[in-house]
Amino acid sequence: MIRPLALGAVIGLAVSGAMATYFYLQSNGLNEAELETARTLSLATLRAVPADPSNMVADNPAAIALGEALFNEVGLSANGAVSCATCHVESRQFQDDLALSKGIGTTSRRAMPLRGVGHALWLFWDGRKDSLWAQALGPLESAVEHGFTRSEVAGYIAAHYREPYENLFGPLPAQNTNPASPLGTAAQQAAWAALSAEQQDQINRIFANTGKAIAAFERTLLPLENRFDRYVSALLAGQAPTGEAALTQLEIDGFKIFAGKGACVNCHNGPRLTDEFFHNTGVASPQNPVVDFGRLEALAQVEADEFNCLGPYSDAAPAQCGTLRFMSRGEHLFERAFKSPSLRGVADRPPYMHAGQLATLPLVIEHYNRAMPSISGHTELEPLGLTTEEKAALLAFLKVL
Amino acid sequence: MKKIFAILGILVLAAAAFVAFKMFQPIPDDLDLATTRATDNGHFMVTVSPENAAYQRNTLHTWIVEITTPDGAPIEGGEILIDGGMPQHGHGLPTNPLMTETLGEGRYKIEGVRFNMRGWWELKLAIVAGEISDNITFNLVMK
Ligand code: HEC
Ligand code: HEC
Repeated sequence: MIRPLALGAVIGLAVSGAMATYFYLQSNGLNEAELETARTLSLATLRAVPADPSNMVADNPAAIALGEALFNEVGLSANGAVSCATCHVESRQFQDDLALSKGIGTTSRRAMPLRGVGHALWLFWDGRKDSLWAQALGPLESAVEHGFTRSEVAGYIAAHYREPYENLFGPLPAQNTNPASPLGTAAQQAAWAALSAEQQDQINRIFANTGKAIAAFERTLLPLENRFDRYVSALLAGQAPTGEAALTQLEIDGFKIFAGKGACVNCHNGPRLTDEFFHNTGVASPQNPVVDFGRLEALAQVEADEFNCLGPYSDAAPAQCGTLRFMSRGEHLFERAFKSPSLRGVADRPPYMHAGQLATLPLVIEHYNRAMPSISGHTELEPLGLTTEEKAALLAFLKVL
Repeated sequence: MKKIFAILGILVLAAAAFVAFKMFQPIPDDLDLATTRATDNGHFMVTVSPENAAYQRNTLHTWIVEITTPDGAPIEGGEILIDGGMPQHGHGLPTNPLMTETLGEGRYKIEGVRFNMRGWWELKLAIVAGEISDNITFNLVMK
């Protein structure tokens, strides 16, 4: 009789153990699978910013300091009034709250927030740049952003940042600072063509190094802890989430829709809530006919970019350029595909989508719920059939991020 | 007494099944996760293994593919074309992996694999060796 009793006790313990674990998790509103998903979305799983072998000074403190100064430098613009910080405002998650940004002119897309950007595999909404330093060169020469040229950048660095530059990158050659660029106006292009190959290379190198210093600074912009991170840390530590770490039942229900019925985690996953990839989600085009084809057009641009990882200004060996070498060219997928943005801090930065097409989060939720066909290419979304209560819960959850 | 044990037993099973159901709901439980398998038409035996077993979501990683005849003789001079995706989401791989090296003794290197979501992934290999070609689909689960 003793044996069966012992057996009974063991089985009893096992049952109550399993049940207790289950009810403990349930009492916090999540089952085991949901808790695991929650963990993968929290800062607990954020790794260190990955190394950038294409940028020799990526983690150099002097480069970070120079990069911070250059990020805020209005002298690097045609009218002496535009810096990176004009559109990437620190107190506003490094974005500008506008549908389209204002520099020298008006951009055709929405400015992107920069916290955590050191983790991005591709830069811009369409991923036409493969590193942060190559990205930084784009706005400097864009006619609607800084409106500058690479020769003027080189001249400005020589005149105002000679010492910190030379300490990092070696002596600056004498510079011709007439506006010249292969991407500029007809006059600027003609001035560029008139330079010798050696002069062009010297200017390109100073230009690239300017981008590398700015990139070093941007790599230090880390995501901030949000209420969801605190909630998940408490659960993982086996504590009941209270006070700062508590979520309401509505917010927890919203997380479940995000991870379940809404399938948001398919594209907004990992601690940055992005899969670092491009999707057509049927967002309407602000222009008719469509002029912005997103990732489709970026494939050739990033490949042809002289400042890409495989180019002459990269510090990486070709074998270290995997992102570019193994780039997917599934062209049929990429028409009007844009990068899944990080959703951290999202409630605080309307309007939404690549050109600020959707003014509010309820409109974003409606966009996903309906899954309208794409104006060009094919949407990856399918209608969700969310009830009003479910939409309210999803909205509450997005505000926690 | 026996009745009580029977009830307890059923309870344990039910609790285990319930937790399992909750945890693995989306991925079919009869998924063949074997990493050594015969190709669709039985021409080759293929083994795949990640170079680093601890590969993480959204990082590029490398796989080693070993190809032999059904009797275990290594296939030299083969070529591998790679495709794949998530059958439950109807999309492909986010990268374009390539066979980059022949390592000898029927072993080949595939670089550039990246999984951008958790869940069930397929890695499809088309193998061509001389006159013979055959296909194989491996199932993987990204945690
Ligand atoms: C006039 C406004 C404006 C200025 C000035 C500006 N940006 Fe931007 N930034 C944008 C817009 C708009 C986008 C998205 C453009 C696109 O996708 O084509 C963007 C995108 C980015 C991205 C991509 C983020 C991601 O997640 O892919 C980075 C990084 C960035 N900017 C950094 C900079 C830096 C560095 C500077 C200064 C050298 C700068 N920006 C100057 C408006 C601006
Ligand atoms: C198929 C991939 C995919 C799925 C699934 C998905 N998203 Fe997105 N999400 C994107 C992409 C891509 C964009 C940018 C689209 C654009 O601008 O054209 C985006 C943009 C957003 C934005 C705007 C962010 C900003 O900074 O402008 C929000 C908010 C958002 N998604 C929430 C959600 C929610 C909530 C769900 C689930 C109901 C969801 N997403 C499901 C890919 C996806």
